Amino acid sequence: MEKFDAIVVGAGPSGNSAAYVLAKAGLSVLQVERGETSGSKNVQGAILYATSLEKIIPDFREEAPLERHIVEQRLWMLDDRSHCGTHYRSDTFNEERPNRYTIVRAQFDKWFNSKVREAGALVVCETTVTELARDEKGKVVGIKTDRDDSVIHADVVILADGVNSLVGQRSGIRDEIKPEHAALAVKEMHFLPREVIEQRFNVKDNEGVVIEALGTVTMGLMGTAFLYTNGESLSVGIGCLVSDFRDSGTSPYVMLDKFKKHPSIAPLIEGSEVKEYAAHLIPEGGYKAIPKLHGDGWLIVGDSGQFVNSMHREGSNLAMETGRMAAETVVALKAEGKSMTEANLARYRKTLEDSFVMKDLKKYKNLPEILHENRQFVTTYPNLLSKAAETWFRVDGMPKLDKEKTIFRTFRSGRRLRGLIGDAVKIARAWR
Amino acid sequence: MKVEEKLYNNRYMVDEGHPHIAIVAKGAPSPALKSLVTVCPAGCYAEEEDGSVVVTPDGCLECGTCRVICAGTGELQWDYPRGGYGILFKFG
Repeated sequence: MEKFDAIVVGAGPSGNSAAYVLAKAGLSVLQVERGETSGSKNVQGAILYATSLEKIIPDFREEAPLERHIVEQRLWMLDDRSHCGTHYRSDTFNEERPNRYTIVRAQFDKWFNSKVREAGALVVCETTVTELARDEKGKVVGIKTDRDDSVIHADVVILADGVNSLVGQRSGIRDEIKPEHAALAVKEMHFLPREVIEQRFNVKDNEGVVIEALGTVTMGLMGTAFLYTNGESLSVGIGCLVSDFRDSGTSPYVMLDKFKKHPSIAPLIEGSEVKEYAAHLIPEGGYKAIPKLHGDGWLIVGDSGQFVNSMHREGSNLAMETGRMAAETVVALKAEGKSMTEANLARYRKTLEDSFVMKDLKKYKNLPEILHENRQFVTTYPNLLSKAAETWFRVDGMPKLDKEKTIFRTFRSGRRLRGLIGDAVKIARAWR
Repeated sequence: MKVEEKLYNNRYMVDEGHPHIAIVAKGAPSPALKSLVTVCPAGCYAEEEDGSVVVTPDGCLECGTCRVICAGTGELQWDYPRGGYGILFKFG
């Protein structure tokens, strides 16, 4: 009977990271992916954070398909006709080893997976893993797929099966994700000539801009919209909590079209050709929603483990970090001649706790609940800020002291003093 | 606006005769199941004249929203398409 040292379920960023590290260390690895290729089922904005990939493939910049490195970040608050916000642009981001890139996931994942193959892993695509196989004591000993009924054996199975984690749920190692803990995002790929993008966004060469926006565009639902510049396309999307979509009956594509028609967005995408429409869930429950991460013969990594920092728009980097840490745990245990028991695999949890991954998620552990209960951050405040800015900048003969009083009155009537102070306290508490 | 126009740009390998989502009718549809008529990002769900909800998953984007919303009602039978079938993202 053939038996692998490790099986990795899924070929997204966490699965590819895990499989690569395992194969590089000389372990026999089987990676199973349900898509036609790695990437054909995967969706992301998408921004790549270089540091996490550098730890795995230090010279990735020489061959990975990267779109643009980000030199400018815009954070916008939208009401129906305006945006106000902050921009940060710096020439220091034009560095030898840039920190953030936009990527196109179908192409990037395909490349990453080619490195996994080169490292020596056996990659099987177009095959859906149906469940984990266990021995009589309940230890996970392998997987079953939709190809046939036989069990494929391994010492350990790393579950990188994504946000829906059907394998994890059907095997009884994690619960169903809750509608309050997932965001549904929809996205379109808008193609424009390279020079048009560079003119519209005031960039050259491979410089890129990202825009994150929140406000009335989400129609009272908790969520954000985005626009990222790729080489010859723009990724334009919007996402809100699944529970909010359910309760309001709002159609995500109606919301996306509202964002595209916003007077601050429409000129940026004008004349573009849309070549794809995608939808995806993002696990946004944070620290408190993280399931059990290891057991006898198994580990969970990436979206499947709820590793997303929604505040900082980080996910694919956490996927790579957790995939790497899980693989390194397995490699170390193997080298020490230890078996893949729950007690031994607890080393993975410890490594996570000591890293920025868990530290960051812990820091924002109260944020999902606070945002869930305080819709004013996407409804009242964008309107108040826009009104204040308009009053401040419009030159109309009104004395400036009266303008200040008007702005203050607008805020007080919008949220009341107690509400304003309370909101400040809530944000401060969520931040800690 | 019609969501079909958006789906038109996508690439699919439809597994003819093997829909990966099915509705398990349990009398009148729950509010959760009904919400899918507007919430499904691919517009796969429709309400019939008799008030029942039907699903046509050919344009499914495999996001899992319907699965998560209806997890507690038992009205959906949801699997990923067989390996290789379903949505094939060109860009993702």
